[in-house]
Amino acid sequence: MSERAAKVTPADDEQDDDQITDSAAPDAATDASTESETTTDPVTTGAESVVRALENAGVEYAFGVQGGAIMPVYDALYDSDIYHVTMAHEQGAAHAADAYGIVSGEPGVCLATSGPGATNLVTGIADADMDSDPLLALTGQVPTEFVGNDAFQETDTTGVTTPVTKENTFSSDSDHVGSDVSEAFALAREGRPGPTLVDLPKDITNGETDREPDAPKVPDTYEVQERADEEIVAAAAERIENADRPVLLLGGGVIKGEASEACREFAIEHEIPVITTMPGIGSFPEDHELSLEMAGMHGTGYANMAITHCDTLIGIGTRFDDRLTGGIETFAPEAELIHVDIDPAEISKNIYADYPLVGDAETVVEQLSDAVDESPEAKKWRAQCQQWKSDYSMAYDAPEDEPVQPEFVIEALDEATSDRAIVTTGVGQHQMWACQYWTYTEPRTWVSSHGLGTMGYGLPSAIGARIAADDDQEVVCIDGDGSFLMTLQGLSVAVREELDITVAVLNNEYIGMVRQWQDAFFDGRHSASDYGWMPEFDKLAEAFGACGFRIDDYDDVAETIDEAISYDGPSVIDVHIDPDANVYPMVPSGGDNGQFALTEDQL
Amino acid sequence: MKRGLEGPEPEERPSPTGRRNKQGIRIDPEVEATHEPRRTVISALVTHEPGVLSDVSGLFSRRQFNIESLTVGPTEDEDRARITIVVEEPDPGIDQIEKQLRKLVPVISVRELEPDAMRRELALIKVDAERPDQVAAVADMYDGKTVDSSPETATIEVTGARQKIEAAIDTFSQFGIREISRTGTTALARGTDRTAAPSSTAQPADEANHDDQYTPADDD
Ligand SMILES: Cc1ncc(C[n+]2csc(CCOP(=O)(O)OP(=O)(O)O)c2C)c(N)n1
Repeated sequence: MSERAAKVTPADDEQDDDQITDSAAPDAATDASTESETTTDPVTTGAESVVRALENAGVEYAFGVQGGAIMPVYDALYDSDIYHVTMAHEQGAAHAADAYGIVSGEPGVCLATSGPGATNLVTGIADADMDSDPLLALTGQVPTEFVGNDAFQETDTTGVTTPVTKENTFSSDSDHVGSDVSEAFALAREGRPGPTLVDLPKDITNGETDREPDAPKVPDTYEVQERADEEIVAAAAERIENADRPVLLLGGGVIKGEASEACREFAIEHEIPVITTMPGIGSFPEDHELSLEMAGMHGTGYANMAITHCDTLIGIGTRFDDRLTGGIETFAPEAELIHVDIDPAEISKNIYADYPLVGDAETVVEQLSDAVDESPEAKKWRAQCQQWKSDYSMAYDAPEDEPVQPEFVIEALDEATSDRAIVTTGVGQHQMWACQYWTYTEPRTWVSSHGLGTMGYGLPSAIGARIAADDDQEVVCIDGDGSFLMTLQGLSVAVREELDITVAVLNNEYIGMVRQWQDAFFDGRHSASDYGWMPEFDKLAEAFGACGFRIDDYDDVAETIDEAISYDGPSVIDVHIDPDANVYPMVPSGGDNGQFALTEDQL
Repeated sequence: MKRGLEGPEPEERPSPTGRRNKQGIRIDPEVEATHEPRRTVISALVTHEPGVLSDVSGLFSRRQFNIESLTVGPTEDEDRARITIVVEEPDPGIDQIEKQLRKLVPVISVRELEPDAMRRELALIKVDAERPDQVAAVADMYDGKTVDSSPETATIEVTGARQKIEAAIDTFSQFGIREISRTGTTALARGTDRTAAPSSTAQPADEANHDDQYTPADDD
């Protein structure tokens, strides 16, 4: 237990910016001599070589829960500088590692024991898979001789996770197990990032070996194309030069491929309006004139008008998810598509690409930059986009005598924090308001469950984000009451690790997004969506040892938020919002983006 | 209090005239807009290790590709296996299959075979043998071999292109078929053309021969 107290949290302002690493090593100063000696000792077991592989890969943190089959690995971790964050639930471990990967760009690492430990990770792994987040999962497995015999806590983990991992491996040799981990780490971040898993039978990790793991390296059969075909680049450049109504659509791949800067320069130089997908939020500053923010089901009216009417769509690092496109038939129906993606399988998967550009986002955007000589003449189009911005502005009413409107709370939180503050969310209405009413200006500041839409993602991802973030970045979790209930046991972790996180629970006593759909499409029959009673989250927070706040009306908003943000440790604000508030604009699923509804009766 | 946002109603907004088809292709008279499914053979060279077949078959079921047959077996290199997949999909689906297969780490190379590739299937057909002479005559017609016979049954082995097997089964049905077991198609490209080899990974998927229609190669 003394180790936990020694953990210097990123909140500790005495540390200068990214020195979290060294400071975080438990009792680094006192134990330094023994620590460094042990890490250079030759490995003697499979488990030690697993840990050595992680160290070689530069892993500083791991998130997990102990258990029988993974114990040898934990035993080896005991002597390592890797800081292990003990989570309250494996789902949280996977989400925390996932968020760590999003914020830092390096694969997050999570560990679990066999059977229930491994299956509890699955949601988080599937989440990372849908969002192409770099993640390495290490699972314990029953000893090889019991595999296939339904032994205690046996699950076919590689079987279960095959559809939701980029690659998984059942380790079968103590001499190789370390290299298996190195390779999985390398694969998780190479090319299109994604989750990898190594299943570690106990006899393999317990087994003797003196083999040091190989350096992280992807297998030869895994090839990634960096540069796009020059001919297609030239053709695409010509198309851009001649465009009347160009739009740049930035997806999550822009952030993962570190292409935000290149895209910004390209858009600004050629004055091309910019739309982001939900995972692409933060790739382009939303306060810039060219920004039309997010398109799709709950995107802004102006983004949806622009995407529907453009004649040249430059999609970068996006997979054209149906929440973005709505019905395929009406998606950008007049646009020729220039599609940049590192994964060839994304090209023409959902929307046919007239100009397929396979390659690394940053490299290809630079190729395009070099190839485009003249900016498109799109003055009229830009004026039209600005007109749409004012026609469909995101202004909302917040009368004093009505319950607190959620949009107001999001804006207040944004105002109370710095530009580099990191937002994490659960899934539901609150998530959409967090997209719409927070102004994102930096990549890697928006952490959410996009593709899988996992309720309960908010708090554990805030834990991972906090650990990966710089000291001067606030971490705010905007959660729904239903989502928060799913993983709030993570508060015990935040308190134990003294993590400076602010959770704002937008409490409407509904699982609101479901209620919104029931209002719109099921005659208002609130089947199982009305929670009716919710715990008092501020008091619950206090019970965990966090700081609790409550907001009931507008008078409390600014002050309470300031207090919660400045509290040095985990705090929870139970924000009682208007229970009937709904998210607009909205494109019903499979609908026409240009026909977004602004009110209920337009649905 | 009014709920929702301000702005012109949906009817008041301009609407574009274009459309896309279900495959996301703009409907433009000059561009072919729809693709009919066609049957084709895809060959994949993979590392010979446990789990590869389940990776591949899992990919097909997860993505709902219409798979007609899938065979797997070792190759001249003991570390490599070849998987032959017959699918029936429209062109964009065939492209996707190839690209998704390439993404699997144990997959070394993927190729759609030319229509003239050699395709073979093996079938064991067990029929009633009340009229053994006639059964033998039919077996002869299809270059079949009787591999087992009993007073009541005869089992004939037939190899050939799928169509030939189908025709054989059709003809044998006159005797009364008791059981059939078929292997599914395995295939190789003709001559010096490499079926699916490490070098062909570099070949962009879009170069797949979209216009070629599958025509069953003649038996030789
Ligand atoms: C794990 C999981 N279960 C169910 C759902 C389906 N779902 C989507 S949104 C939603 C409601 C979320 O409610 P809450 O977290 O309270 O947020 P709100 O919409 O009220 O802001 C539900 C149940 C989901 N996305 N994830």
